[in-house]
Amino acid sequence: MSLDKDQIHKLATLSRIAIDEATLESVGERLSAVLDLVDQLQAADTTGVEPMAHPLQTTQKLRDDVVSEPNHQEAFQTLSDSIHDGLYLVPKVIE
Amino acid sequence: MHNMSIAELGLGLRSKTFSSRELTEHFLRRIATLNPRYNAVITVTEESALASAERSDEQLRNGAGGDLCGIPVLHKDIFCTRNVRTSCGSKMLDNFIPPYDATVVENFADAGAVMLGKTNMDEFAMGSSNETSFYGPVKNPWDITRVPGGSSGGSAAAVAARLGAAATATDTGGSIRQPAALCGVSGLKPTYGRVSRWGMIAFASSLDQAGPIAKSAEDCAILLQCMASYDPRDSTSVERAVPDYRATLNDSVAGVKIGIPKEYFSDGLDPSVEAAVMDSLAALRELGAELVDISLPNSHLSVPAYYVIAPAEASANLSRFDGVRYGHRCDNPVDLEDMYRRSRAEGFGEEVQRRILIGSYCLSAGYYDAYYRKAQQVRQLIRQDFVNAFEQVDIIMGPTCPSPAFKFGAKGDDPVAMYLEDIYTIATNLAGLPGMSVPCGLVDGNPAGIQLIGNYFDEASLLNVAHRLQQATDWHKLQPGGLD
Amino acid sequence: MQWETVIGLEIHVQLATATKIFSGASTRFGGAANSQACAIDLAMPGTLPVLNAQAVDFALMFGLAIDADIPMMSVFERKNYFYPDLPKGYQTTQLDKPIVGAGRVTIATADGGTKEIRIHHAHLEEDAGKSLHEGDFGSQYSAIDLNRAGTPLIEIVTEPDLSNATEAVTFAKKLHALVTSLGICDGRMAEGSLRFDVNVSVRPLGSETLGTRTETKNLNSFKFMEEAIVREVARQIDVLEDGGSIIQQTRLYNGDTKVARSMRSKEEANDYRYFPCPDLLPVVITEARLQRLRDALPELPDARVARLIERYAIAAKDAQILASDVALANYFETVAKHCDDPRLAANWTTGELIGRLNGEGLELAESPIDAEQLGILIQRIGDQTISGKMAKQVFDGVWSGAGEVDQIIKERGLKQVSDSGALEQLVADVLAKNPAMIDDYLATEEGRRKKKLGGFMGQIMQASKGQANPQQVNQILLAQLQSLIQSRGD
Repeated sequence: MSLDKDQIHKLATLSRIAIDEATLESVGERLSAVLDLVDQLQAADTTGVEPMAHPLQTTQKLRDDVVSEPNHQEAFQTLSDSIHDGLYLVPKVIE
Repeated sequence: MHNMSIAELGLGLRSKTFSSRELTEHFLRRIATLNPRYNAVITVTEESALASAERSDEQLRNGAGGDLCGIPVLHKDIFCTRNVRTSCGSKMLDNFIPPYDATVVENFADAGAVMLGKTNMDEFAMGSSNETSFYGPVKNPWDITRVPGGSSGGSAAAVAARLGAAATATDTGGSIRQPAALCGVSGLKPTYGRVSRWGMIAFASSLDQAGPIAKSAEDCAILLQCMASYDPRDSTSVERAVPDYRATLNDSVAGVKIGIPKEYFSDGLDPSVEAAVMDSLAALRELGAELVDISLPNSHLSVPAYYVIAPAEASANLSRFDGVRYGHRCDNPVDLEDMYRRSRAEGFGEEVQRRILIGSYCLSAGYYDAYYRKAQQVRQLIRQDFVNAFEQVDIIMGPTCPSPAFKFGAKGDDPVAMYLEDIYTIATNLAGLPGMSVPCGLVDGNPAGIQLIGNYFDEASLLNVAHRLQQATDWHKLQPGGLD
Repeated sequence: MQWETVIGLEIHVQLATATKIFSGASTRFGGAANSQACAIDLAMPGTLPVLNAQAVDFALMFGLAIDADIPMMSVFERKNYFYPDLPKGYQTTQLDKPIVGAGRVTIATADGGTKEIRIHHAHLEEDAGKSLHEGDFGSQYSAIDLNRAGTPLIEIVTEPDLSNATEAVTFAKKLHALVTSLGICDGRMAEGSLRFDVNVSVRPLGSETLGTRTETKNLNSFKFMEEAIVREVARQIDVLEDGGSIIQQTRLYNGDTKVARSMRSKEEANDYRYFPCPDLLPVVITEARLQRLRDALPELPDARVARLIERYAIAAKDAQILASDVALANYFETVAKHCDDPRLAANWTTGELIGRLNGEGLELAESPIDAEQLGILIQRIGDQTISGKMAKQVFDGVWSGAGEVDQIIKERGLKQVSDSGALEQLVADVLAKNPAMIDDYLATEEGRRKKKLGGFMGQIMQASKGQANPQQVNQILLAQLQSLIQSRGD
């Protein structure tokens, strides 16, 4: 399996990671090497095998609907420099 | 003091031979002197360590405090620590100071343990050599031209160099066991769900599990006792009584059936490592254990399955690092897309980026069934191999990794060669089983590890067999040269 | 050409839980920006979700109310996309294994019949935060408030069973009544508690294949929804009749400008890379849990309409209006309890009360007159203490805070005169003063005399300063006129 440039661009867009055009080729080669490794899966006979999403065979526990989180806004917002009146600022979103 | 076991340190503290403050100062001095050589510790919390040592001394004076009261430990930098930078080895979180503690960190604090600082690691726990850390590689105390393993290389090297009494670590595909093996120390990855993941920065949520790295199986038992807990904040943490691990450490291993999977002794295994592993198995046979040849026929599929599942989960887990609320944000973004793309390209290193891209690929439209769904099916086959095996045997043993520590840069250009480093450890994560690595000898002066794999929630058997092995042999007492 | 419209809805219903779906942060509306976003809602590293039991129960109650299949197991998935108000970079939602399977909702149609709208499924998910695009933070920025992030939603997806805007609105109102009756949603559409996405397509009448559809998102009033559908249907027909074709797109409707525009299409064409969320385990619903919820299910709108009609003998139309809002129906029943005339109670509740509330933009909960007072007011009409006209004055008095019903009647001396002796005298006096009117009345042919009564009534009521009991006056007047006719005829 080898990835072409368009595919790498698409993955970079999905993942929101800028990739320098100069490194595109080497990035592609290494990704392709990994995909060659995982392609070994295709040889496995998995007919009728239930996919296993999780190691635990248990079920989801439920939480009581009781407010348990106090307001720690001040502490959280020391982690960002882009705050205005308690709002997080980002470059303008165009819908 | 730094060579004493946790039990011995506990006795020393209780008998007032030394105080926790003295012990803490001792380790802080060692860190100051030795760490520049190894780069195992990336944050030292001297002030708060001394303060908590004094609180523990107070407790001890009052005759209170458990096994870990006053014991200085190090936490892998993947565990959130309140008011202490938690970087996960990444530039992305170089400025991240969480306002909360991980449950594991809380459990240690509640037990009166003293946090000395945070250990270096592969970025976001993605790596097997500690070469991907934003803070530079950790050097193996046995040979500083060699890697310590990863991703918990900082924790393993710190324990090997006796920079703390013990360290916490995490294991997603071998990240406790492989560095423990390469640094000649003992490490335990518990059953998935045994230890809370709350506050532990996620790599692959269905595989990640925290555990201890220490000088011996006995120390691991004491540490696991503290780490294991049911945590209502983690939906995947298991509500199940934690057994007294120390109580069964000395049980006889006579009649214990040890499965030896033929697939773990295949072509890629260094013959010297194999010989060391066989020596330890022979020692256990001497103690009355029964060695049984078994097969785990889908073992060869574990690395491919892992490199679909782990990157897929990681690709989503790492989406939160977007530069909006915390973490690295690029300078002067021209628009929102630019902010996302550059913040993430600058904040994440190459290996992390690679895994995110792989994960996105395996989940994307048209590839999901061929990769992700297929890998989940193979995961089921791998689990079933173990379920079948545990109908015949009590534990499974084999090498932890194919060869001793390699030189820096030896696998730098080839991600796949690096990934194969975890060929023997990954299957237990996929199945969710507990695994352990203990030292089993030296190969050309570098440590080799033997791996023990237990049935679900049977950490006690692993600790018991490992402890009995350590009673009968001295491999775990070997130390790197150049230390006092 | 004749065209046929096909409409399907996706409805986001905010569940009325105290806390978020995966965290213990409050869901209270209107808090200071980001004051109700905890570490989990902010997607701080290392945080993990734990599912809110009440959100699960509310979703199940909806399922029971629409007679849906409820699978034993449901699974949460991650839907991956980047957006600043989506802190984790994925939305935790459900895809293949939703908590509520196929069900049905019956609506009344314009021709007086009923129609069954199939519900494809309903799933649990988390709401995103809010992005503000205008404010004093600078035009180059958007600002993010994550208080809403993690609020539990059920997304209800219908089959394309609706045929026009009226039906769609009828369905939407029915759904509103359903979720508010269940108590699983506060129903406050202006606050975004209920949001409709409308999928619209048209096709030649009789055609079997569906046309290309567009989706108009986030309609938060019935009026906007109706307008948006009507306009979109017209637009599509125009395009097709001009020989064009419909492009599948997502549109945003602006209720103020009445204009819909196409949203900027995403580059990656929505490759959401769903996969099961590894931080959450499969949710298993036990029969015991379902039974407990079934036993505690409140009365649903259809049942309530039937009961209101049967118990109070009120008009079907009034019963429908009342049962469309559980609070209103409760209000009415309290009114009815405090008076002997439930039909009059229904008239006043659906007429005067709702009219005044709407006129002043008030919620029922903010009504200045409570149900007990309205009941007493209606009882005073019934026991003939006051006339209907006086009742309106008293209503105004209570509304403006002048006091309670009986107090106002007393203070303003509004008691109507029902003493028949006094009324006889009053009527006789007025007749005696107006011989010309009597002549006119008598000269009018018998069938048309009724029209002439108004003049007498006006005079009499005026003479009584509005306090005469009009029914009684009416009877006495007729009787006295009759005897005049007889006496003249003699």
